[in-house]
Amino acid sequence: MGTITEEILGRASGKKAHAGDFIIARVDYAMSHDGTSVLAVKAFKDMLVEKVWDPGRIIIPFDHLAPANNETTALLQKELREWAAAQKISHLYDVGEGICHQVMAEKGFALPGKVIVGADSHSCTYGAFGAFGTGVGATDMAEIYASGKLWFRVPETIEVTVDGRFPKGVTAKDITLRIIKDIKTDGAAYKALEFYGTTIEAMSMSGRMTLCNMAIEMGAKAGIVPPDAKTGAYLKDRSAEPYSPVIANDPTYCDSYHFDSNISPQVACPIDVDNVHDIEEVEGTHVDQVLIGSCTNGRLEDLESAASILKGRKVKCRTLVIPASRSVMLEAVNSGIAATLLSAGATICNPGCGPCLGGHMGVMAEGEACMSTTNRNFKGRMGKGADVYLGSPLTAAATAVEGKIADPRRYL
Amino acid sequence: MKFRGKAWKYGDNVDTDVIIPGKYLRTADFKTFGDHAMEGIDPRFKPEQGDIIVAGNNFGCGSSREQAPLALKYAGISCVVAKSFARIFFRNAINVGLPIVEADVFDAIQKGDIVEVDLDRGLVTIGGKEYTSTKLPEFLQDILNSGGLVAYRRAKK
Repeated sequence: MGTITEEILGRASGKKAHAGDFIIARVDYAMSHDGTSVLAVKAFKDMLVEKVWDPGRIIIPFDHLAPANNETTALLQKELREWAAAQKISHLYDVGEGICHQVMAEKGFALPGKVIVGADSHSCTYGAFGAFGTGVGATDMAEIYASGKLWFRVPETIEVTVDGRFPKGVTAKDITLRIIKDIKTDGAAYKALEFYGTTIEAMSMSGRMTLCNMAIEMGAKAGIVPPDAKTGAYLKDRSAEPYSPVIANDPTYCDSYHFDSNISPQVACPIDVDNVHDIEEVEGTHVDQVLIGSCTNGRLEDLESAASILKGRKVKCRTLVIPASRSVMLEAVNSGIAATLLSAGATICNPGCGPCLGGHMGVMAEGEACMSTTNRNFKGRMGKGADVYLGSPLTAAATAVEGKIADPRRYL
Repeated sequence: MKFRGKAWKYGDNVDTDVIIPGKYLRTADFKTFGDHAMEGIDPRFKPEQGDIIVAGNNFGCGSSREQAPLALKYAGISCVVAKSFARIFFRNAINVGLPIVEADVFDAIQKGDIVEVDLDRGLVTIGGKEYTSTKLPEFLQDILNSGGLVAYRRAKK
């Protein structure tokens, strides 16, 4: 009897799990990307273990600096490919396939009831599918490579309920930012979040991924939406293996929040993700760049909503669109969305993380500002001395049209 | 484990991007992480070997990058004392052998003060005054005492 997290971790550890317990859980899938794999492989080698526990359960997408931006990165990626081949890791997704979390969803590894650990903080995204998804560092990942298991302290769970229909111009990203504004960047530290209510039930899988993706921005270990018929429909013909969904069973929550979906579009201002304002308060702020993409908002639904505003209009500042995966890009091309975005003056880059973490492809200069659909606006995140504002793809598109932060409702 | 060093003081929500900016991550040469530690928040961060960071809530929030605790370790920091830590940073610090202590001493300290940390007894001492800190579970202390998870696993083999 417990929260979704307690139920999943209980099953994975073979005994009942209660908040506060230290357990050792079996890991169903381990994900590490080009960035974190480098250190994970080094730690694994230093552990003097010869073979990974199960090459079929390790997934390595190349997304953070892909294609390689310089010779050092290229060499590290070459070594990683060689190691993966030697370990017979079949799920290596090379340059252009997509962002790790999107790839995990599309290839059917993000499954209800599973324990999925990623060497990336946004691995909580898999909670959109009813999985316990959490992020760890490279040495923890090496431990999973070696043993297939990891220790956890079972977290307490915060219940978050959102009810009502979104007004025009308001999306999953806006309610996500609104939730972070109240819970704060450390309000869910060491805890898990569970999302309920009519708004969450009505959300697409894409919207639920946006929501769960940012659970870490409240410090959460996991953010989970209970799996339902929509989850099942997305996973049909896609799931990598059989799964049995887990729901809460007479749970005890440490805290509860209730939100109404009737809000204005939201913007997180520098330099904290919980520095969130109604769009009316920040409208007119000058920006130099708009970025539509990332594991938070780079899916077809996001590109489509940006295109709904950019159709027949021209952007006034440099506008980067980075699809979350090859599949998203292909659908955008086939549906004409890509043509709409290009005609409006946007630049479409290859699938990947791009400038989100300040790595390459659109890093900002000192004194510049970016309106971005990504998940972090930390100081120096996209380049030293640059400001990052976070908003929805609709807000980003309206901002691109005006070259300053703009209310998307005027364009719908 | 005991540490004694000069304090570097920072506030709440010190994130991994300011501890080690994303552009410095692509190398397996750990020493270079130390050269850029805290660059995003404090260009004058030049600790002496053994110095201690004292901070507010949610230290190390953000990315899963293990280069963050590595950067502090290679910069010479012996221990981080904060009101609370972000969970991934917490795990990473123990895994790379960087001792961390949860204690509410932020208001009691000025930059440059001498801080003493006794990990085994769960005590932080500043100017002769003792403050209690949360103690780590035994198996995490064992990992730290081994110098990190890699060394711990090798010792168990």
